[in-house]
Amino acid sequence: MILEVSNVTKKFGGVTAIKDTSFTVNSKEIFGLIGPNGAGKTTMFNIITGNYEPTEGSIKFHGQIINGIKPYKIVHRGIARTFQNIRLFNSMTVLDNILIGFDYQATYTYIESIFRLPRFFKEEKRIKQRAIEIMEILDIAQYADELSTSLSYGQQRKVEIARALAANPQLLLLDEPAAGMNPKETHELAELFFKIRDEFDITILLIEHDMKFVNKLCDRVMVLDYGKTIFTGHIKDAIKDEEVIKAYLGDFKHA
Amino acid sequence: MQEKIFTRERLISLAIIITAIWFINFAQTNFDEYTIRILNNVAIFIILAVSYNLINGITGQFSLEPNGFIAIGAYVTAILTVDADGMLYQYDIEDPYPWILALQSDFGFALFCSGTISAILALSLSFPVFRVRGDYLAIVTLGFGFIIRILAINSPEITNGSLGINDIPEASNLYWTGGLAIASVLGITNIIYSKFGRAMKAVRDDEDAATAMGINTFKIKTMAFTTSAFFEGVGGGLLAALLTSISPDLFSFFLTFQLLIIIVLGGLGSTTGAIIGTIFVMAGLEYARFLDEPMNILGFETDAMPGMRMVVFSLVLIFVMLFAREGFMGKKELTDLFKKKKAKK
Repeated sequence: MILEVSNVTKKFGGVTAIKDTSFTVNSKEIFGLIGPNGAGKTTMFNIITGNYEPTEGSIKFHGQIINGIKPYKIVHRGIARTFQNIRLFNSMTVLDNILIGFDYQATYTYIESIFRLPRFFKEEKRIKQRAIEIMEILDIAQYADELSTSLSYGQQRKVEIARALAANPQLLLLDEPAAGMNPKETHELAELFFKIRDEFDITILLIEHDMKFVNKLCDRVMVLDYGKTIFTGHIKDAIKDEEVIKAYLGDFKHA
Repeated sequence: MQEKIFTRERLISLAIIITAIWFINFAQTNFDEYTIRILNNVAIFIILAVSYNLINGITGQFSLEPNGFIAIGAYVTAILTVDADGMLYQYDIEDPYPWILALQSDFGFALFCSGTISAILALSLSFPVFRVRGDYLAIVTLGFGFIIRILAINSPEITNGSLGINDIPEASNLYWTGGLAIASVLGITNIIYSKFGRAMKAVRDDEDAATAMGINTFKIKTMAFTTSAFFEGVGGGLLAALLTSISPDLFSFFLTFQLLIIIVLGGLGSTTGAIIGTIFVMAGLEYARFLDEPMNILGFETDAMPGMRMVVFSLVLIFVMLFAREGFMGKKELTDLFKKKKAKK
């Protein structure tokens, strides 16, 4: 068990975005967080990454409580994320974007960089090599020196995933990775995630609307509706579950 | 993968540095006093513009504080280099504090103190300042510049109030100003091309995404702010020793505004741009003085028009902003231009 969310409630003023939600993610698992729009999925992500503090409840990562820790320190502990709308650093090359992920892993100091002392070169060389390795796994190495904005949407997605992987996470949070992609690209992306999980030996937690994609990829899913958990378990059971159907398609009995 | 020690970019940089050193040496011995004075001014403003660009262009924090730090740097150097007799003679409003009289050092150490004191102040200032972003940051830092000026006017025991400090030993020469300009450009470029520079650019592009990649954005902003303040302090010290006389009025908001024009004209976020902008604005304004004088245009005699050069200068500024909104260089550096050409071949 790598992530343990227990009894988390998040209120924004009078609105309860998440209500008493608990779930656990096992090591090396691909876990899906699904639900209609406004169900509180992204809020859940923001709570795990430390951007929001839960009103009640706790988040445990490797058995240690992480809510209340600053977001950038949570990254150092091993949780990295991507965003729903791609957020790359637009003025930088693809390589520089990915090197940002290595920021906290390069150990040279400010003074060492000003005077270009030996450790600067050693560390820069090390992280550049790692960055190239990651780019090769994701098949984007040929774009290393291109500006990130000059790439296609699908490639930008990959760069964002590569950047998150560069932060050396044990848990990778992906917010709608297949959004805006055609079926062929979605299929390739699913294959890529299996590859990533095996190559980098990590756990993946993802938000997704594309049910085919979720079905192919996820070991287990949790379905949220208006901040409430309505289902946790295997996707095959989820699509038969009455509550889930009601949340997605409406209540037929009263229609 | 073996990296080359002498890459194209490094060779170009090395050639530029050697040329600059040769030029400083040549100019100091061969040029007339007027030209040397302009070059001194340009060199000092290169230090100021390049360091201001670090916080404003690279890190993207729109701050308007440089006049404050330049004032502190100038006053520190002035107080440290003017001797006790000179001070007692000048301080008319109030007698200077005994410890002010006791503080004495040579020029080099005075410059170091100027930078360090500015940097320490910037460090303590960053805690309240970086609680806000964007427009609010601009207003908070603008206030700081005003506070420093008003403090300088109202503490005559230290600064001689609005009379200012005169007879500062004229220690700035091209070896000091040019040498420190090269050193500061090198130092700041080295920061920009390291993980710290990358993090600064990341903060500029998308602060939330930078946090999500494990960057302590507050720390990075503070680093940029403090470094920038250090060099602004040093630049202020050099300015004091070049002008030999300083007063609070010298460090009004106009100074910040001038630097802002320089870096925007050169291209926000480009060190090369900041240098080109400085040369264009500082030397250009100086050599455009002929516009103020009576002229003979195609047979038509015109009267002297004082201020004409400012009109022409403003027009140039408007045209640059209309047709090259990113400034002369955009975000590119000199070495990028060479890289592009190579790629096209």
